[in-house]
Amino acid sequence: MRVDPSAGLTPMLEVKEISVRFGAVQALEHVSLTIHRGEVVAIIGPNGAGKTTLLNVISGFYHPTEGRILFEGRDRTHLRPYDVAALGVARTFQNVALFKGMSVLDNIMTGRLLKMHGNVLLDALYWGPAKKQELEHRAFVERIIDFLEIEAIRKSPAGRLPYGLQKRVELARALAAEPKLLLLDEPMAGMNVEEKEDMCRFILGVNDEFGTTIALIEHDMSVVMDISDRVVALDYGRKIADGRPDQVRADQGVIDAYLGVAHA
Amino acid sequence: MLDLLYAVMVGPVKDMLGAPSFLAEVVIGGLAAGLMYSLVALGFVLIYKASGVFNFAQGVMVLFAALTLVGLMERGAPLVPALALTMLVMGALAFAIERVVLRPLVNQEQIILFMATIGLNFFLEGFGELVWGSNVKKLDVGIPDSSFMVWGIQINRLEMTAALTAAVLVAVMAVFFQRTRIGRALRAVADDHEAALSIGIPLNTIWIVVWSVAGLVAIVAGIMWGAKSGVQFSLSLIALKALPVLILGGFTSVPGAIVGGLIIGVGEKLAEVYWGPLVGGAIENWFAYVLALAFLLVRPQGLFGEKIIERV
Repeated sequence: MRVDPSAGLTPMLEVKEISVRFGAVQALEHVSLTIHRGEVVAIIGPNGAGKTTLLNVISGFYHPTEGRILFEGRDRTHLRPYDVAALGVARTFQNVALFKGMSVLDNIMTGRLLKMHGNVLLDALYWGPAKKQELEHRAFVERIIDFLEIEAIRKSPAGRLPYGLQKRVELARALAAEPKLLLLDEPMAGMNVEEKEDMCRFILGVNDEFGTTIALIEHDMSVVMDISDRVVALDYGRKIADGRPDQVRADQGVIDAYLGVAHA
Repeated sequence: MLDLLYAVMVGPVKDMLGAPSFLAEVVIGGLAAGLMYSLVALGFVLIYKASGVFNFAQGVMVLFAALTLVGLMERGAPLVPALALTMLVMGALAFAIERVVLRPLVNQEQIILFMATIGLNFFLEGFGELVWGSNVKKLDVGIPDSSFMVWGIQINRLEMTAALTAAVLVAVMAVFFQRTRIGRALRAVADDHEAALSIGIPLNTIWIVVWSVAGLVAIVAGIMWGAKSGVQFSLSLIALKALPVLILGGFTSVPGAIVGGLIIGVGEKLAEVYWGPLVGGAIENWFAYVLALAFLLVRPQGLFGEKIIERV
């Protein structure tokens, strides 16, 4: 869904005047932003601008010192990561965080833990409803595996895969949870051009096919221009721009931040 | 020189082959003792896998479980309710440990968590003695410490029961880890905390589960050791015997803990009986450690541990 950011949309995530401080370091300062249902939003900024901190705050790994976060209209500022996950927010990490000892298939299956219900005893016996449930989840996971074109590696241990594929498996695990909001921390870091193109295709595909709202951090400006509906730029923990990709690219403040104009 | 070689290499083997039923008894005794070591080692492995903590207090947990059970029985509770109550106590202990020790120390260095478990060790030791007293107690689970004969081999009833119980416990745990939702979550937590959190696994609940299971293992180990040699402070020292087992089997492997325990159990009995006389006996007490030391030189990750490959 390619949307015009100015059109009237339902907000999915509202970040209101968030500040995060680590000791003397002000990582985020009064940052506000809204992500609408169905949007692909890119968060950009130089190193140390606070992008990952923002993502960590949204997914509950950090808690803001000030400000509020609303998800689908409800306050969730102080939730913990697993509660945030239960609300329908999935994420990937800058340094791939896969379960390295498990197979690709098992990794993706863990993404469905929240969707599984049932009885430990029945699970153990692999009997009746437990078996049926496991098979249903397997079927869903196979769809994701198809979609991300990783059939060939599903039995391999995740830790042995090349980096680009690991990132793809991590995306698959996040998708297995059927998230409403997907947070991607540098999904294309360290990839070659071809891998980046694949990843772009997958991200847009997820957005199109599952209607998933996506917020991603990315450094490659050509990628950002290609796939995002809206771009938010951060610098020194403050939001310096928020708008259509072409607007943000032309923004003097953003150009200065990247080229390093002396701060008055 | 040749005499020495003969005494070390040939003599013991000749003794073994000369009396095969005695050899079988020694091996069976070793296997039985080994399974008991395995049980204690298993407690370590579970907690280490799930939370990356080397739980120094595992041995004291065994003592504490046995003390609680005996204490309750001394006050007139029959075996089964006393056992149920002991399980509850160990569950409550797991809950308390998560709240008071693990949660405030989340994301700290491993060594800090290790220190915390040393503290836990001393606390549990003192607390157990405060509540239940420090005299040696006899634990009677209704299984006589006597032997029966199979094909001319003596087998001890108590050891046999202990071995069977341990085997069942291990099988149940294997299924629990491989098949169930919680098992999968446990493996996920063992692998990567952050990733586990991000897919919605509540770490705190998992820790309570793991420490409860470790507590359960401690109860079984406590009963078996306690029934054999009485419930006393020295029970907590069998944790030290679990260390070579862990080095042999690998810190992260459940099958490793089992096989490691068996190897140590059989190895030290054989060494004691056949090689002991050469050096005047009492090999049993240090043989396991020497074996572990030799093993460290060859396979530092243990028999089944994950090989550590670091990318540079």
